[in-house]
Amino acid sequence: MTLAAANNENLAEISNVLIYSAMAIYTLAFFAYIAEWLFGSRSKVGRTAAALTPKADTVRTAPAVTVNKGGGTAVLERPKVVVRASSGSRDVPDGPGAHGGDEQGDLYGRIAVSLTVLAFLLAFGGVLTRALSVERAPWGNMYEFNITFSTTAVGVYLLLLALKKNVRWIGLFLTTSVLLDLGLAVTVLYTASDQLVPALHSYWLYIHVSTAILCGAVFYVGAITTVMYLFKDSYENKLASGGRPGSFATSFLERLPASSSLDKFAYRVNAAVFPLWTFTIIAGAIWAGDAWGRYWGWDPKETWSFITWVAYACYLHARATAGWKGRKAAYLALGAFACWLFNYYGVNIFVSGKHSYADVGLGVLQSAGF
Amino acid sequence: MSNTTTDNAPKAGDDQDLGAAGSQLSTAPKEEQPNLPSLGLVGWARWFWRQLTSMRVALLLLLLLSLGAIPGSLIPQTGIDETKVAAFREQHDILAPVYDKLGLFNVYSSVWFSAIYILLFVSLIGCIVPRTWQFVGQLRGRPPGAPRRLTRLPAHTTWRTEAEPEQVREAALALLRRRRFRAHVVGDAVAAEKGYLREVGNLVFHVALIVMLIAFAWGQLFKYEGNKLIVEGGGFANTLTQYDDFRSGNLFTEDDLDPFSFDLVDFKATYEPTGPNRGTPRTYEADLTYSVGAYGDERRTTVKVNEPLEIDGSKVYLVSHGYAPVLTVKDASGKVVMDKEAVALLPLDGNVTSSGAVKVMDGYRNADGEREQLGFNAFFLPTYGGEGSTMLSVFPALINPMLALSAYHGDLGVDAGTPQSIYQLDKTNMEEFKDSDGKLFKKQLALGETMTLPNGAGTVTFEGVKEWAGFQMVQEPGGGWALGGAVAAIAGLAGSLFIQRRRVWVRAVRGADGVTVVEMAGLGRSESAKVPEELGDLAGLLYDKAPGAPEPEGSEEADGSDDSDNSADSGESGDPDRTDPRTTGSTDTDTDTDTEAVPAEGAEQQ
Ligand code: HEM
Repeated sequence: MTLAAANNENLAEISNVLIYSAMAIYTLAFFAYIAEWLFGSRSKVGRTAAALTPKADTVRTAPAVTVNKGGGTAVLERPKVVVRASSGSRDVPDGPGAHGGDEQGDLYGRIAVSLTVLAFLLAFGGVLTRALSVERAPWGNMYEFNITFSTTAVGVYLLLLALKKNVRWIGLFLTTSVLLDLGLAVTVLYTASDQLVPALHSYWLYIHVSTAILCGAVFYVGAITTVMYLFKDSYENKLASGGRPGSFATSFLERLPASSSLDKFAYRVNAAVFPLWTFTIIAGAIWAGDAWGRYWGWDPKETWSFITWVAYACYLHARATAGWKGRKAAYLALGAFACWLFNYYGVNIFVSGKHSYADVGLGVLQSAGF
Repeated sequence: MSNTTTDNAPKAGDDQDLGAAGSQLSTAPKEEQPNLPSLGLVGWARWFWRQLTSMRVALLLLLLLSLGAIPGSLIPQTGIDETKVAAFREQHDILAPVYDKLGLFNVYSSVWFSAIYILLFVSLIGCIVPRTWQFVGQLRGRPPGAPRRLTRLPAHTTWRTEAEPEQVREAALALLRRRRFRAHVVGDAVAAEKGYLREVGNLVFHVALIVMLIAFAWGQLFKYEGNKLIVEGGGFANTLTQYDDFRSGNLFTEDDLDPFSFDLVDFKATYEPTGPNRGTPRTYEADLTYSVGAYGDERRTTVKVNEPLEIDGSKVYLVSHGYAPVLTVKDASGKVVMDKEAVALLPLDGNVTSSGAVKVMDGYRNADGEREQLGFNAFFLPTYGGEGSTMLSVFPALINPMLALSAYHGDLGVDAGTPQSIYQLDKTNMEEFKDSDGKLFKKQLALGETMTLPNGAGTVTFEGVKEWAGFQMVQEPGGGWALGGAVAAIAGLAGSLFIQRRRVWVRAVRGADGVTVVEMAGLGRSESAKVPEELGDLAGLLYDKAPGAPEPEGSEEADGSDDSDNSADSGESGDPDRTDPRTTGSTDTDTDTDTEAVPAEGAEQQ
């Protein structure tokens, strides 16, 4: 039996300090990213990228790219694989990234990433000490959920960077929203550390909530990419049809990866995490079966998880269906992410259901039984 | 709409070149033009069926399903919280009837919501069956032969070798088979294919959805759930008459009840004693003894909130708890008419302030010796704040219990035949006891105290407090199937999303100058970086078996230009473009040439 006596006030205090420090460092990272974008905007490379931008939109002249494979000890050159871009697709090179090829910009970008790593470590420590202070997983209320979520999102970003994916440009958008998220957490949502109500004591909770948070973080990265895809795509369309986008749009968008790259990346991210989201819902159903006597009961939280799931299934279907690719599918992906967001914030705030433990309210037992 | 092929199907121009080679890389239905039939009824029926089972309609139905589920989460639902529905009806006398007509208080069993998912599942079955046959056909057949011009394919490579064409083909066949391709020789080339598990995964996933739906529907039809409140020391046997309330699916019969019984030995609750969450429940535990079957052995167990007791197909959940003051009532002559009976009261708030009714039905005689019944409205606080504080409990555990009673006498109306709540008094035929001021007689009792009713009508003693626990008995068959379906769905989905289906061809022919020309090409369901990568690997391995021959003198573009089939292509596929600026970008940024069909590193898995 764990009682409040187990709460370690000291650890909780340390956790708060770590979270505040993480916010400070995120703020510095945020400014460093801004500097990267600013220095990048004066870069010449940025401008040449624009000149390269709209390549022929025709079917036949799609250029080939050689990918050199091997090159070992053979006397003669080993065979090269020639890759043809799929016919009909616009062939635009990826932008150089936020720094636009500017050395100083690149330096600031690297500083920003280092700061992000530091802030991530601090925030991770904050989440960890919080968990230790309550002797349970750190997601018993919305404050804890928020700090865990933003830390996970940054973790996903850093992991993608470590895997050498072209995602550094996401940094600015991510730190901005992480700062908002943490700000919300420490001001509005703050809850002193405490134990869980009995209905939350289950290892399915650990599985269910941790995967839910991870899915949300990955969906979030997918959603940012999708938004940028939409901007970049209309920018490219405009160029292709001979239009002249504004100079800010040009400076900003030409540094992003090509719309087709963004589109594919967003798809991969969303599709990769979809099975995990499916699993999350099923784990939740198993938990509900143990806690409430039915594995599915159309409780608002359950309903919105289901809606989110179906919305992402729509998106995956759309990609396989003619006439729904590209922008239309992107809107579906954003809609699906909006469902996820609503499930997290909206349902907790506006709709009451069995999951209303998310505030400091009564035990589930009361809300369920009476 | 000219673009009505699925994404994986190459566009018109390439299609002609690839012929059968590019066909059937997936069994996804081709989107057809909505050819309006001029035929009669059969034609229309067929058209309708085609539409229903098309991907476009599946997508629309999916969208409708997600939109349709929304109102049910925002409007109170009868199946979830009846009291909220009633409150909503009272507040909205214009909206409520409209909602009723639209089934919005019962979205998930409404006609329109059912229509959406039934149509979706009909569409799904209509989609799965032909795809399965098609896939079985593909498994029985062999990978299609090499297209005439391998240079047309999204990834290809070529070199000249001194090895004989037959040797090259044999080496290629062995190599591809070792890599678990299905491979065979057609004419002058080896044709190979891999990644069939993708299709299997996709079919398994969609079939699993149907299994889950049927399991869920089955459960709803045969399930039952009922509640029973038991005071410590009390018991329960699983028959219909013992339930306080009971609901069951349409096909449930009484024989479906599993025979078992149990007694509540002890109930324990703990609460946060201090801090901002003071009073928040921490643990609830009910110690039971139970026996299975009519004469089963008695066993002990503890039921907690997340840990129901499972007996055969039934589960016993702990769902609520409260207090039951123990009372002794004596009549005017001093005869005990209620002997240390525990009266369960209903909690009103988080600190378990409780209310209910005490009913003395038999054996009571008043001061005049007449038969009567007694009734008390009871209000109970497990922790009373003390003199002068509100009549609300300040903590949920039993620290300073206080029972407040107001007294009535007369006819309780329990014999009238209409069922009545045990928590409420029907006062129509009851009269108030009056205190000295002529007001309703009320008294607050601490543990052990006795109150004397006015005019020597009897006494009530607050002897002690027991706890009660509410149990829910649930049986919902089909849970195992639903779980099995869910696991299969995830596995299928992973296969479907992470495995790439692709083909590789290796052609080896003797060129005009007598030297063997090897051509290799790969084709995936969609543009993918994995296909060229894998092709490069394979080419490297094959190259070791069939090393390159020197280029003919002075020929820069020798790769295939002496092969009459390819001569037209080498110019077109754009050798000058090999210096494309993307070259560097595409090798270090994965996203550039990455597939849309392989979201994770999975092309190698099969
Ligand atoms: C019950 C609702 C349905 C759900 C939740 C669902 C979900 C999904 C998901 C998540 C995928 C992605 C897997 C992948 O890309 O391989 C998928 C693929 C697919 N679905 Fe469904 N589906 C449903 C109904 C249908 C129906 C009714 C059809 C047929 C008309 C259908 C045909 C397909 C096909 C052909 C694919 C594969 C597309 C491809 O090969 O890229 N689905 N489905």
